[in-house]
Amino acid sequence: MIFGLTFPETAVIGLLFAAIQFGAMIYLASLGEMIAERAGVLNLGVEGMMAMGAVGGFVFAIETGSPWLGLLAAAVIGAAVAMVHGLFAVALGANQVVSGLALTIFGVGLANFWGTDYEGVRPEVQFADVDWGPLSDISWIGRILFQQSPLAYSAVLLGFVTWFVLNRTRGGLALRAAGESAATADAAGHSVLGLRLFAVAIGGAFAGIGGAYLSLSISPGWTVGVVAGRGWIAVALVIFGAWKVRRVALGAFLFGLAMALPNRTESFDLPWDPILWSMLPYILTIAVMIAGALVLRNRPPAAPAALGLPFRREER
Amino acid sequence: MDAAPLAVELKGIWKRFPGVVANAGTELTVKRGSIHAVLGENGAGKSTLMNVLAGVYRPEEGDVRLFGERVVFANPADALAAGVGMVHQEFRLVPTFTVAENVVLGAADRVLNMGAVERRVAELAEQFSLDVDPQRQIWQLSMGERQRVEILKALWRDAEILILDEPTAVLTPNEADELGLVIRRMANDGRSVIFISHKLHEVKQYCDEATVLRGGKTVAASMPVADLTPRQLAELMVGEATEAALRPEPRQAGEQLLSVQNLRALNNRNLEALSNISLSVHGGEIVGIAGVAGNGQRELSDVIAGLRESTSGTVTLFGEDITTATPRQRFRAGLSYIPEDRVGVGLAPQLSVTDNAILRSYREHTRGPLIAVDRAKAFCADVVDSFKVRTGSLDQRIAGLSGGNLQRLLVGRELTAKPSVIVASQPTRGLDVQGVKAIQELLIDARNEGLGVLMISEDLDELLAISDRIIVMHEGRIAAEYGGADANRSAIGLAMAGESP
Repeated sequence: MIFGLTFPETAVIGLLFAAIQFGAMIYLASLGEMIAERAGVLNLGVEGMMAMGAVGGFVFAIETGSPWLGLLAAAVIGAAVAMVHGLFAVALGANQVVSGLALTIFGVGLANFWGTDYEGVRPEVQFADVDWGPLSDISWIGRILFQQSPLAYSAVLLGFVTWFVLNRTRGGLALRAAGESAATADAAGHSVLGLRLFAVAIGGAFAGIGGAYLSLSISPGWTVGVVAGRGWIAVALVIFGAWKVRRVALGAFLFGLAMALPNRTESFDLPWDPILWSMLPYILTIAVMIAGALVLRNRPPAAPAALGLPFRREER
Repeated sequence: MDAAPLAVELKGIWKRFPGVVANAGTELTVKRGSIHAVLGENGAGKSTLMNVLAGVYRPEEGDVRLFGERVVFANPADALAAGVGMVHQEFRLVPTFTVAENVVLGAADRVLNMGAVERRVAELAEQFSLDVDPQRQIWQLSMGERQRVEILKALWRDAEILILDEPTAVLTPNEADELGLVIRRMANDGRSVIFISHKLHEVKQYCDEATVLRGGKTVAASMPVADLTPRQLAELMVGEATEAALRPEPRQAGEQLLSVQNLRALNNRNLEALSNISLSVHGGEIVGIAGVAGNGQRELSDVIAGLRESTSGTVTLFGEDITTATPRQRFRAGLSYIPEDRVGVGLAPQLSVTDNAILRSYREHTRGPLIAVDRAKAFCADVVDSFKVRTGSLDQRIAGLSGGNLQRLLVGRELTAKPSVIVASQPTRGLDVQGVKAIQELLIDARNEGLGVLMISEDLDELLAISDRIIVMHEGRIAAEYGGADANRSAIGLAMAGESP
């Protein structure tokens, strides 16, 4: 008993397992958004891209019988939908906020329409948890870390790959330059348009995979509203993580905890209605936004300097 | 190959922008291994011509030849690949990247080993005596160091032709001399350097040949600098004998109007930008603030105008403490401000001439809660007439006005309020000869009427010409102060560089 709360072992293990599960899902979407933002493109369409990834991943998995093909489809669909934003906000220089919001509305609507016939379909195809042999049998840690879906491990791997590419390759250097000072990247001979479109497409693919994580692993199946605002949490998480892979990962776990807790209020004997607890991730999102704004007010911003600014060359 | 083959030939270059012909058949030839000055007033077409050579702009007509061969550049990368590197006035550097990252941005290995890259950048810097640490981030560097990074970028790409667009504008006199040595070393190495400037003594000091542009045309091509006097160069540039500098009649300064005591303030990076500044401005004098960009001048004017909080110290106007007053309260108390960013801080580009004219005083042009448009227009027409602002209509957006007209409108608006003190930050920067003269005359007239003027400028010649006193700022402190008579160029130059004269 701590502070009058009880901590039954199975409930704690279940909570941490789910925190990693939710955290990995949101981490994927956040990584993608972070890549786009590091290239200078704010994409508020994450919610829409996740919804499309969720429904597309489920449909393709059911129709092909393979969750892996479903996952691939989700990534491709996510990238394709992201190209709507790429066309308007990057290629044509439209307002990135407006274009991103439109993408969310469009993506969520189209996903609901596409998913009509699949609502309530039995999720016969889904990802099985990975069995790491003896590792999975370790008490506590085995259940929490080594019996996760393959998608959780993919998320960790993609985090390392993202870090390496951004910080240790020529392409990553150019991509970051496009986000910090597009004119500089252009003058150095890089295609700002190409880099930004690539970053937006990768961001869409990651968001699509995050959506498929929901429909193929966390809560298999398709229901309207399954993404439930988590795309917005992913956007907030990029700010929380100060555009850095490691801090985004940490934030993802914290938000994963906040998302996992509401379903387990009874096991912990928490007061109040579970509905109130389910507001936690969103309250946390708002709190992070406010805290971020307060902290950033007197500090050099961590955000890429050219974030949200369209780039055109011959201007005078 | 000829004995002295031409590195660059630009023939009959035409480039137009909406409302402006920047280059009208401009010609330029540059020899290999020489330092070539391109001279001209603002708007003579120097920068545009160089941007054509560097692949930033495509000319509408004309040929670009490098080492005798005709080339067409689609973008700056093409030009770089062909050996043309340009250091722009606004540096093209990523502030949050290290020196090494910036240098290799255009030509890096697929996978970066930053340790090895830093060593190679350091070696290259060593070879040309460019003193800069590859591991530091750009925002930590002085303007002179940033310029060295730009030069390193060009050398890293093995540029045979290096264009420097007004390179000394941001340098202290000492840094400028160091730059002179660096480019001489490059020329001795067989490279060609194009040195754009409108400062005659620099051209005499650093360059071998000079080409003079006026109104987009070449008025003198490839003249050996050794045979020319600064006076001849000046006449070619301006097209007539230069007038004697404006020099206000000396007069007795009046009572103290504005006073700043022990002022401290932070810059946007939360570093101390003002360290214990004390100064005062009296009626009937122009106090000039000299200094290399980024030594606290901007923060000083912002604090006085109420746009930035001070961390300690006081600002008083007519003996009254206004340290915590709002910008509006200061304005009403008689303080006018001509900010460095005339568009953005001073004027709103998307608003009309009238709206901009009443931005400060709109509360006086109202009927109930509404703006009295007729009165606002009458007021604006008055400002436009008195200060000779050339504009098509009063309802036009100011975005279409030229720099000189924008500044006349801004100065007119601020002076029409009948202030006692004017703080003017870089009021003539970027204006053409007439524009500079008009603004300087307005400030001198204001002084002669008994106003106190605090003028911040990076143009030392301008300050020497019109100031009654000159205060030199260096690293947020007052490095030196001179009365009008005992101010001299070299002493101020040393103080700007942080050395005691």
